Amino acid sequence: MVSEGNILEVKNLNVSFRVRGSEIEAIHDISLDLREHETLAIVGESGSGKSVLTKTFTGMLETNGRISQGTVDYKNSRLSDLKLNKQWTKIRGKEIATIFQDPMTSLDPIHTIGSQISEVVVKHQGKTKKEAKKIAIDLMKKTGIPNAEKRYNEYPFEYSGGMRQRIVIAIALACRPEVLICDEPTTALDVTIQAQILDLIKDLQQEYQFTIIFITHDLGVVASIADRIAVMYSGRIVEIGTCEEIFYDSRHPYTWSLLSSLPQLARKGEDLKSIPGTPPSLYKKIEGDAFAPRNQYAMGVDFKAEPPMFKVTDTHYAKTWLLDKRAPKVEKPELIQNLHQHMIEMTKEDN
Amino acid sequence: MNNANRETLLSIKDLEITFGSGKSKFVAVQDVNFDIFKGEIFSLVGESGSGKTTIGRAVLGINPTSKGEIIFEGKQINGKISSKEKFQIERKIQMIFQDPSASLNERATVDYIISEGLYNYKLFKTEDERLNKVREMLEAVGLLPEQLYRYPHEFSGGQRQRIGIARALIMNPDLVVADEPISALDMSIRAQVLNLLKKFQREQGVTFLFVAHDLSVVRYISDRIAVIRAGKILELAETEELFKNPIHPYTKSLLSAIPIPDPQIARSRKNIIYNPNMHDYSIEKPEFREIRTGHFVYCSDSEAIEYKKNIKD
Repeated sequence: MVSEGNILEVKNLNVSFRVRGSEIEAIHDISLDLREHETLAIVGESGSGKSVLTKTFTGMLETNGRISQGTVDYKNSRLSDLKLNKQWTKIRGKEIATIFQDPMTSLDPIHTIGSQISEVVVKHQGKTKKEAKKIAIDLMKKTGIPNAEKRYNEYPFEYSGGMRQRIVIAIALACRPEVLICDEPTTALDVTIQAQILDLIKDLQQEYQFTIIFITHDLGVVASIADRIAVMYSGRIVEIGTCEEIFYDSRHPYTWSLLSSLPQLARKGEDLKSIPGTPPSLYKKIEGDAFAPRNQYAMGVDFKAEPPMFKVTDTHYAKTWLLDKRAPKVEKPELIQNLHQHMIEMTKEDN
Repeated sequence: MNNANRETLLSIKDLEITFGSGKSKFVAVQDVNFDIFKGEIFSLVGESGSGKTTIGRAVLGINPTSKGEIIFEGKQINGKISSKEKFQIERKIQMIFQDPSASLNERATVDYIISEGLYNYKLFKTEDERLNKVREMLEAVGLLPEQLYRYPHEFSGGQRQRIGIARALIMNPDLVVADEPISALDMSIRAQVLNLLKKFQREQGVTFLFVAHDLSVVRYISDRIAVIRAGKILELAETEELFKNPIHPYTKSLLSAIPIPDPQIARSRKNIIYNPNMHDYSIEKPEFREIRTGHFVYCSDSEAIEYKKNIKD
């Protein structure tokens, strides 16, 4: 059972995979509440575990992966205890739907666009084929497909990437899900289309009142859409807070690095701020703070002990020893200290 | 910057590229003209389907051209050239491809993939020298030496792209056509790779033709930017000039789509959507003209007059 106001709760979750005879830990001790009707962005690099985390919500972990510790609760059901595919089909799509990154591989190339949407309507809403077609065309219009009646009978290859992603969204919405997981939905799209899809997702959320988990590696994208942001690194949530707290008052050095490396903040003639090194190999057990080897502010303790989640405000937590009382006071990088001021000036300049 | 004094490395004149013939003929690129100066990073920016990749591939001789000239180091390289010349040009112009999973040999190790060009052109004396070169390059693109004998399928999309970059840059090319080289990369790695490309430009004088759809990245890296849509270049200017004085409405719409990493500004901002039917070219024919020094726009006479009024200094 989840608490009042929450729709999904994750407690002390560990997920591990069996790879080449050894056990590797992809998710380490994650606790997370998802509030009803909010948009939570999960930001992290590839391999940080953001997709793996959300796969545990829909029972789509690869067969060599398992939840080794902790629980996932959705409303009244304990998802982490579900085993059978039959149990999952009640959740997957109907309650929690996912939109994937690549709109081409998530559509079936040999069926018409229309039939792929109405199939879902027939199955999940129990409508007749005729009713389903009407609902499907309606959904196509809602997701901004011009000439929906005619395009109902077309095939995926006749659609552009952005249009295909709109169809994938339409299919997801046909199940009337409570939670919509958007797994990098705009990464494969052009910037102009990306902006339109983000607007579309926002508008549809207003209308259908679902909860969104928005997975991305690009912090810049989520500023306009997220209510809260969770930053992941190497299977851990290292910082979580409201959108404003993460952008204007972040506390974790990894979040600082992500912000500083945004090309929008770059100064001409200077190198872009990048994070030296690469994320840790998951084959080795991580000692202390996972980010320590790449962290210029790392202290001795970071290599020995794993930091707990320190509370900054009621909504803002960060997993770094810098927030410990005994830690020296560290200012965040100059580049992002006046981020808001800087962005105001930049956008003014560009009219 | 005075462009007249700069040495031109690549020059594209009245380029047209078509696919198919007869009824199914499709003109992908039309009336494209631009010069790339030695040592600069020149960006072609447009949406998918705009023809930006097609131009890049034509420069490499992958796509045949139907009209116009591509001149590299003073010599025409499109159309018929001898295989000996082609062999030399193939080393000098390298490409970083858009899709890292399709452009790597799935059955070769990373070591071989990166070395293949070195083998083909015999660019090393001893095995140690080759291995050192490969190791240095691997490190420079942010991969680990222990990954040298792995296969492409064992890497993430981002890591595969870095293998593609290593393979191109190990050849010491004069011109690199980089086709969306960082769209598949993570933010922190993206910055590393952009810095890396910049470093190659700065230290070895490598010239880049950078093909991308994301203006925020392009702004940081390029010296000059050309905006392309539906096979035509609509605007070309030096980077800061383009951001300060975007003239063509399509450029403005592209600029409005750049994600802003600031919640307050991002939430209040409106997207500008470009409508290509806004131009009336039924009487006046549009041309590519220089509105002010070094700043070209594709427009008709009356539009040019209108545009000139709104220029800021």
